[in-house]
Parts: sequence; structure tokens; C-alpha cells
Amino acid sequence: MKYSVFPGCSLEKGALGYPYWQSMEVVLKPLGIELVEVDDWNCCGATEYIALNRMAAYALIARTLALAAKTDGLREMVAPCSACYLNLAKTDTYLAQDAALAEKVNGALAAGGLHYKPGAVRTRHLLDVIVNDVGYTPIEAKVTKPLTGLRIAPYYGCLFGRPKLDGVVDDPEYPVALDKLMQALGAEVVDYPMKAHCCGGHMTQISEASAFEMIRRLVKGAADYKADLIVTVCPMCQMNLDGFQSAMNRYFKTDYHIPVLYFTQMMGLAFGESARALGIGAEIVDARPALARIGVEVPPSEETPPAAKPRRPKEALPMPAMPGREEV
Amino acid sequence: MHQTVSNGAPKTFLDQVIAATPGQSHLEMCIQCGTCGGSCPSGPDMDSTPRNLFAMIRAGMKERVLRSNAPWFCVSCYYCMVRCPQDIHVTDVMYTLKRMSVKSKLYDESTAPDFSKTFIFWVENFGRSFELGLMSQHMIRHNPFGVFKIADMGVGMVTKGRISFTPKRIKGMDSLRAILDKAKEIEAEDDAKIMGGAG
Repeated sequence: MKYSVFPGCSLEKGALGYPYWQSMEVVLKPLGIELVEVDDWNCCGATEYIALNRMAAYALIARTLALAAKTDGLREMVAPCSACYLNLAKTDTYLAQDAALAEKVNGALAAGGLHYKPGAVRTRHLLDVIVNDVGYTPIEAKVTKPLTGLRIAPYYGCLFGRPKLDGVVDDPEYPVALDKLMQALGAEVVDYPMKAHCCGGHMTQISEASAFEMIRRLVKGAADYKADLIVTVCPMCQMNLDGFQSAMNRYFKTDYHIPVLYFTQMMGLAFGESARALGIGAEIVDARPALARIGVEVPPSEETPPAAKPRRPKEALPMPAMPGREEV
Repeated sequence: MHQTVSNGAPKTFLDQVIAATPGQSHLEMCIQCGTCGGSCPSGPDMDSTPRNLFAMIRAGMKERVLRSNAPWFCVSCYYCMVRCPQDIHVTDVMYTLKRMSVKSKLYDESTAPDFSKTFIFWVENFGRSFELGLMSQHMIRHNPFGVFKIADMGVGMVTKGRISFTPKRIKGMDSLRAILDKAKEIEAEDDAKIMGGAG
């Protein structure tokens, strides 16, 4: 199986979601999936461009779709990030439904020497491709180290299943694809009531009070169900739940420590891959105690944390000392 | 597209919102059931729920609608949109209200428009977004002390190699810029028709 792939800015090397990309590459190989990166793709605009310019936002996305249509004649493109997936798939859908909009967007693309025929490329979420094109049984067959004894809260967030675009196969409010996938890996899956609720998106940057409340609901929900960890399908959700968990704890004077890993990292562990190859260890909330339950050891991060800055450099002016006495 | 675009200037604010929303918004179909507000994770933060806004849009209360903080609290979760019994594209309408409110300089005190502008700066100049630049610029401008609150996260991200210090630029930047400029030109022409000189 061969697809083009749109990594998105968050999955690039050096970006927050890079462990998602690393683990994806590791697990797709044994499943027989080959990905060809769309050449010179651009940002999808997230939720920001459309808030200021509608035509530019559509044209920005259409440029990537036009480039994807030229990628090795592949008709299907995989997007691992839920927000990128939504932007690409939704724009394509609206362009196909609205000929006047498509004409205007193509008017803009022409200025850059491009053209896009709506529907030429179908964008799909990575989870959709894995569970529907590969299927649970072949995945189960690859499991060498089942995640037995690990309680997982499967977290889909919003944009994997909403809005309900053509071709979306899971339920927009009670999706089950990730639940079944984690069960196929041998994990115990909790019936997580918050699984399709919102992580707050860009709200951490705009309104602390509302952002932290949304993060709190999700983390508390997982803790109430005694989940060892939350498994996610989106780099934005991962950053909000993992990166901002301690800030949220301080805000509410709570003390939650629920690690948040990508579903591809869990697949890799079950396939017997090493934690390091899967980018595990880059998360902020320590996943080691949870992973120790299934006998996975996570080596400490390669990068040594910066040494504490000495309060006074040696070469600075010396403190007065008795003559003949060495400073200890 | 809504019929009024080609037939000269739309008459009502409702027409303008519909015409400025890509896709079929179905906004005129609202039955005021309130499912949208009841489904909204940000509902408690909003001065008016989407249902209120839609009634005000119909009543032509343009300024009050565009001054509302509601669109800026919308997190694009699409719960309202999948639950709306009339298939109104609530989230898309919220984006339209954001754009109209910024264009008419009526938006509330939210820093969200500025966050979007900073984000767009990176996209328009590099073709890619840049997390560190975006977050630090926005924070320095609006919440300089906030950086201490997330310092542990920042240090963790840096030591774990999850933050890049240099933005990437795409090869086809000239082509992208030409596309975006043209798109803005088309949007301005479109807006002139939609607003009919009234907005």
C-alpha cells in the first residue's frame, strides 16, 4: 500500500510532534505501508489563517492539494495530524461542493502556476488508514510484546471524527477505532467518556482559564477511570495534555501525572520495538512508571539536561580569602 | 453559494454572513433550539451563545454581533456542527464572524486575532509555521510573565529536542506568495460585492 504523506509543521524534526513521526515510520514498515512525502508542502494554516482571510486560507491548503496531486500519481494522502487532516479534507470537500469557490481558489493558484481539481486527492487520517486499510487482524499478528496489564484511555479529540465529512468512518461523538486498535495490541481499554472532547486547541495561548479547564476535564477523566496513560492521535492534543499538564496542576492545585503517548508509539512497543526508536522519553509527563508495568524500560534522554549555572564563574573577581588558603 | 452574491448587493446582515462563509452554511435554517450552545465546551465563557448570535444576525444587530467575544472562544471542536438538527455549519459561521469583526475593528479584548496574525506572519514568509517563534512572540507581547508559568515545560521541550530554533522556508515561497496575494485580491473583490458598500 502506497500513499503520499503530508507531515505538517508539527511533525517536522525539531518540532513538538516529531516523536509521532518517528514512531509512525517505525510501525508502518512492517505493515507494508509506503509513504511518499509531498514535495515542498506548506502549512495548512491551522485554525489561524481562516480566522483572518478566507480565500488565502483556502488557497494555502489548495496549493498543498495541487502538489499532492502531482505526487507519483497517488490518489490518497495520509495526514497524521488531526488538524492538518481536517483542513485538507474539509477544503477539498467544500471545493467539490461549491464550483464558484473552486473557481476563485483556482484563480489564486494560477498566480503560482498551479491548478487543483477538487476530489483529485483524498486526504485521510493516519489512524483511519491503519485500522481500515491494514485492519486489526494483521496488526494483532505483528504483536510480539502485548500491552497486557496497561490501562489505556483512548483519546481522539475533535478533528479525527468531526465534522462528519464524506468518507469518515467512525462515529463523531463515540469513535471506537482507537479503542479496538489498543485492544488488538493487548491493552486494557477504559471506556473513556471524554474521548472525543476538545483539548482546547490554541486556547493555552489566548485564555488560560478556559484552556486549563478543558485540559483538566480530560486529565481528570482519565485519572478517574484509573488509566495508566492517555493515547492520542494528534500532536496538538499531545502538547496540550502533556506539555501543559503541570501548568494546569498549578492552576487548579491538583497533582495529576498522566503520561500522554501517541498510538503509533504504543503499536511500536507491542511490535517489540525499542522505546528510544519510537521517540519515547521526549514526553514531559514521565511515562516510565506506566511503561514499567509492561516491562518496558525507557532509557534516559540522550541529551543531558543543562548543568545548573554556577552562581559565579571561576574567572570572576575572587572573593576575599586568607593568603595561602586554597578555595575549597 | 448563496443566491445574493451574483444579484448585486445583499440586503441583510444575514445574507452577508452567509455569502462570506465558504460552503453551504445553512444559517438561514436556524430553528433556535440551542443545541449549539449546549454542546459548546466554551459556552460558559461566551457573552452570547451561538443561538443568541444567530438570532441577532437575523435581527440585523451587526455591531453587537461583531463585538461579541463568542467567536473568539470557539475552539473549532465541531460538536455544534455535528449535532445541529438543521445542519448549520456553526464553526464556519464563527470563522466568518471573526473575519468580519477584525475587518471592522470591532473585536473584543481577546488576543486571539493577534495570535492569528503572528501565526500567519510565519506562514506568509516561510510557508511553514514555527512553534518557538509563534509562542514566544505572542507571549512577549501579551503575557510576558506567563513564560515563568510554563518554564518547566519549555526546559523539558528544549532538552528533549522537541523545539527547533530555526524556522524552515519552503522552496516555492515566491509562488506561494503570489498565490496568497492573488487570493487576498479576490477576497477583497468578493467582499466589496458581499458588503455592497454597506459594510
